[in-house]
Amino acid sequence: MDLLNNLALGFSVAFTLQNLLYAFGGAMLGTLIGVLPGLGPVATIAMLLPSIYALDATPALIMLAGIYYGAQYGGSTTAILINVPGESSSVVTAIDGYQMARQGRAGAALAAAGLGSFFAGCVGTIVIAAFAPPLTELAFKFGPAEYFSLMVLGLIGAVVLASGSLVKAISMILLGLLMGQINTDVISGTPRFSFDIPELTDGIGFVVIAMGIFGFGEIIANLGQPAESREVFTKDVKGLWPTKQDFKEAWPSVLRGTALGSILGVLPGGGALLSSFAAYTLEKKLVKNPRVPFGKGAIQGVAGPEAANNAGAQTSFIPMLTLGIPPNAVMALMVGAMTIKGIQPGPQVMTSNPELFWGLIASMWVGNAMLVILNLPLIGIWIKLLTVPYRFLFPAIVTFCCIGTYTLNNNNFDVFMTAIFALVGYVFYKLSCEPAPLLLGFILGPMMEENLRRALLLSRGDWSTFMTRPLSAGLLIAAFLMVVVVMLPSIKNKREEAFQDAD
Amino acid sequence: MKIKSQRDFFSGLMFVLIGVAFAWASTSYSFGSSARPGAAYFPFWLGVLLAILGSMVLFKALTIESEGGDPIGKIAWRPLLIIIGAIVMFGLALPRLGMVITLPLLITVSSLAGDEFHWKDALLNSVILTVGSWFIFIWGLNLIIPLWPAFITAGA
Repeated sequence: MDLLNNLALGFSVAFTLQNLLYAFGGAMLGTLIGVLPGLGPVATIAMLLPSIYALDATPALIMLAGIYYGAQYGGSTTAILINVPGESSSVVTAIDGYQMARQGRAGAALAAAGLGSFFAGCVGTIVIAAFAPPLTELAFKFGPAEYFSLMVLGLIGAVVLASGSLVKAISMILLGLLMGQINTDVISGTPRFSFDIPELTDGIGFVVIAMGIFGFGEIIANLGQPAESREVFTKDVKGLWPTKQDFKEAWPSVLRGTALGSILGVLPGGGALLSSFAAYTLEKKLVKNPRVPFGKGAIQGVAGPEAANNAGAQTSFIPMLTLGIPPNAVMALMVGAMTIKGIQPGPQVMTSNPELFWGLIASMWVGNAMLVILNLPLIGIWIKLLTVPYRFLFPAIVTFCCIGTYTLNNNNFDVFMTAIFALVGYVFYKLSCEPAPLLLGFILGPMMEENLRRALLLSRGDWSTFMTRPLSAGLLIAAFLMVVVVMLPSIKNKREEAFQDAD
Repeated sequence: MKIKSQRDFFSGLMFVLIGVAFAWASTSYSFGSSARPGAAYFPFWLGVLLAILGSMVLFKALTIESEGGDPIGKIAWRPLLIIIGAIVMFGLALPRLGMVITLPLLITVSSLAGDEFHWKDALLNSVILTVGSWFIFIWGLNLIIPLWPAFITAGA
C-alpha cells in the first residue's frame, strides 16, 4: 500500500524531536493568536516569515501549518466564552456557543468544539493523504494554458464565495496582479514600474505587503474604534465533559460538518471560513426538532461548524500542495514560505521533497492531537490572556513587524515600504475593500503572466488555445459559471442574506 | 449627480486611476504581439480591465441607493499618523542607534496611539519587549541586527 508507506514516512519525519517541538510551538502560538481578537493567522505568519530563514524547510512549514489550525481552536474558545470570535471562521460558533456558556454549559460547548475539531482534523489529514497523489498526477498533464486557466478559476473562486461586493473583490485581485508586475520582466529582462529605484526591480516583497496591510493596517483600524466592554464566563467553566445526551446530539453533526468541510476546503476560495458558515446552515436545515432551538444554545450549532472549519482548514492544503495554487490568504503565505526556502511550489514537491510533503501532512495529525490534549486543561490560561489590555498588545505587534521587515534584507527600504502599505491597508479598510484577494493576486501574478505568455508563444498568438484544449476550456467555463451563478438575482439575495446572518 | 455610496465611489475612483496609471506607464515598454508578447502586454491589459471594473463600481455608486449613503466615516488620524510615523522612525533609527535605543523609542511612541497612555506601562513594555526581541532575534535566531548605537561600536 502506497498510502501506508507514505504515511509511515510522514510520521517518521513528524515524530523527530525537533519537528514535534515545532508542531507544538506552532499549535500553541496559533491558539494564542486565535484567542486574541485583532491578531489573525495571516498577520502572524507574515510576521514570522523573516525568521524562517534560519530554519530548515520542513520544521518551518510544520510550524506555520500549526499556527493555522491552532488558530481555529483558539478562535472558538473565545467565541464560546466571551462572544468575541477570535477568528472569522468562529463567527458562527459564537451564536450557539455563547448561549450555552450563559446557561452554564460552557464546558460541554468547549468539549464539543474541541473533540469535533479533533475528529475532523483526523479525517482531513487522511483525505489529504489519499487525494494528493492522484491530483498531482493530473497536474503533470497541465501545460501553460491549463495553468493559466486554473489560476483564473482559483482567483475567481476565491472571491465569489467571499462576502461583500463581487466587482470590488475582482478589482482587488486585478490590483494585486498589477502590483505583482512591479519587477523585472522574466523574458526580456526589462525592469518595469520601478521608477528607477533599484530595490523595486526585484519586486515588492510579499511579506512587506502582508505585514503592512494585515499587521499594521489592522492595528490602526482597531485603534480607531472605541474600546469595547467584555463579559467573561471564566468562573463557570467546570464539568468539561458533555453529558450522554450531548454526545448523542453532537456526533451526527460532527460527521456532517466533517464531510462538508472536507469538500469545501478543497475548492478555491474555500477553507475554514466558508465551511463553518455552510455547516451551520446545513445543521439548521437538517435538525428538525432540536432539544434547544438554534440560536439559543443548541450543541449541534457548535459541533457542526467547528468540525467543518477544522476539516476545511486541513483540506485547503490540497490545492496548495499539489498544484502550487493557494486557495486562501494563509495558503498564499505558505507558498511564499516555500519559495523563501528555495522550493518551487507545485506538483513536483511530492517527488522532489517527499519528507517535507508527507512530514507536513503527518504533523497536522500530530498537531491536532496535541491541541485537543493540551487545550482542554489550558482553557483557563487562555482566558486569562484576554485580560491583557490591547495597549500592551499592539506595541508588541508593531515591534515584531518592524524587526521582521528590517531583517528581510537587512536594510530599511523594506521598513519604509511597509509604512506605505500600512497606509494603503487603512485606506482599504475605510473603503471596505477586502484585502485578501489582493494578496492572492499578488502571489499568482508573475506565475500567471509567465504561463499566459508561454501559452500564447506555443499557440503562435492564437487566443483560442485556452478554449480548444479541453482541460483549459473546462476550467475557464467553470470560472465563468461561478460568476454567472453568483450574479443571478435569486442567489445574490441568498448570498447577502447568508452573510447578514453571520453579523 | 449625487454620490449614493461614498465608500464605493472612492474605491471605484481608486481602481480607475490605478488601472489607467499602470496601462499608461506600460506603454513605455515593448508591447510585442499576441504571438510574441512583450513586457507591456500583460500589465497593459490588466490595467485596462481594472479601469473598466473600477468604472462599474463608480457607476453603481452614483446610481444605486445604499443605506444611509455608506459614508466613509471618521478617519482615525491619531493612530494612523502615530503608527506610520513610528515605523518610519524605526527605519531611520535602527541602523544608527541600534536596537537598545530604537525599540524603547518605537514602543513608547506607538503606545501614544492608544486611548490610554501611562509612562509606567510604556516603560515596562519597552523593557520586556527589548529584552525579548534580543533573546528571540539575536540570541535565538542569530539574525544580524545592530544592537548598540553606531557611535559606540565605531569607537570600540
